[in-house]
Amino acid sequence: MEAILGILISALLSENFILVKFYGICPFMGVSKKIDTALGMGMAVTFVMALASAACYGINLILIALELEYMQTVVFILAIASIVQVVEMFLKKSVPALYKALGVYLPLITTNCAVLGVVLVNVQEGYSFLLSVVNGAAGGLGFTLAIVLFASVRERVNKADCPECFRGFPLALISAGLLALAFMGFSGMRIF
Amino acid sequence: MNLKKQLYEGLLTKNPVTVQLLGMCSTMAITTSLFNGLGMGAAVTIILTCSNILISALRKFIPNEIRIAAYVTIIAGFVTIVDLAIQAFLPELSTSLGVFIPLIVVNCIILGRAEAFASKNTVLASTLDGIFQGIGYTVALTIVCVIRELLGSGTFGGGLLNGGEGIRVIPQQYPAMLLVMPVGGFLVLGCVIAGSQWLMKHLEMKNKKKEAAK
Repeated sequence: MEAILGILISALLSENFILVKFYGICPFMGVSKKIDTALGMGMAVTFVMALASAACYGINLILIALELEYMQTVVFILAIASIVQVVEMFLKKSVPALYKALGVYLPLITTNCAVLGVVLVNVQEGYSFLLSVVNGAAGGLGFTLAIVLFASVRERVNKADCPECFRGFPLALISAGLLALAFMGFSGMRIF
Repeated sequence: MNLKKQLYEGLLTKNPVTVQLLGMCSTMAITTSLFNGLGMGAAVTIILTCSNILISALRKFIPNEIRIAAYVTIIAGFVTIVDLAIQAFLPELSTSLGVFIPLIVVNCIILGRAEAFASKNTVLASTLDGIFQGIGYTVALTIVCVIRELLGSGTFGGGLLNGGEGIRVIPQQYPAMLLVMPVGGFLVLGCVIAGSQWLMKHLEMKNKKKEAAK
């Protein structure tokens, strides 16, 4: 129980996937122009990350049994791509409302390094099945938190007056830097 | 085929990092010493060139519907080869880059070039594109590394020169530690991109003036 809470807190705040570990910067920058879309992306990523953590835990056991650990990267990325595809088809058929909300973001998730990153970290740290899933879901929630916060900052920053060469992306990066600075305050925070 | 033009595009006007804004994760995460930057740059350049060659050679055989899956598999294969080679020959690099070597699979530069260039061009052109885009990535990465290392830890060439410690430029008690922290990644990259935008604008103005003078 303590381990679960510890992972939850660190993945959300002190070891936030985007702002501290730099996984998933591309969607963070790309899909953060509006709060609604950012929230949609965050939810989709959380869902896929939890699912991928669970699936890859099983797959890794098979790889170890076959002594094929060196194929991890290849197999994991294929597993993630298929999971994303299956989730997309499943949502389209059974929960069309959710599919409409998340549909556009789903294909993007395959190349989100947060997903592959969390799976690789789970394997390296040797987390149990439960801890892997918790780490995946909490990492996704941390991603959502960061992207929603950043989107709300960005909606305002875009109207700011600044030197021309900083307009757009550089300014967005610098505001993300300030957000990361705020999250640095959580570093070293341990509950247990 | 214009070598000079392709090189210029890779370095400045179509630089994968500062203009196409691809591969941000690694650009910010590992750029804390010169050694990391050059190592990552070299790894990405090799993988990008190899995958560009193979994908452009196979471009007529890969069905359009499953092309992304096919590209990802090819890229993952090369990433695994490079990852294992680094673990075997450069274990220090492998520990300092950590999970970011396998994460090259999802580095958008490689998939982006496969989709935008290698799938439509000849093998030779794709090879050159891979090399030049790789060089552009390495240069951008190295600039970010040098700035962060110099101001953040006060050294130059960490992990490479002076027995791995780097040459000390700023006395130990002065550097701004903040810049080697995650925050510094965002701030420095933001400034580097702004700088390159300014440079491009400046060069454009200069060219225009030259033409006007003619």
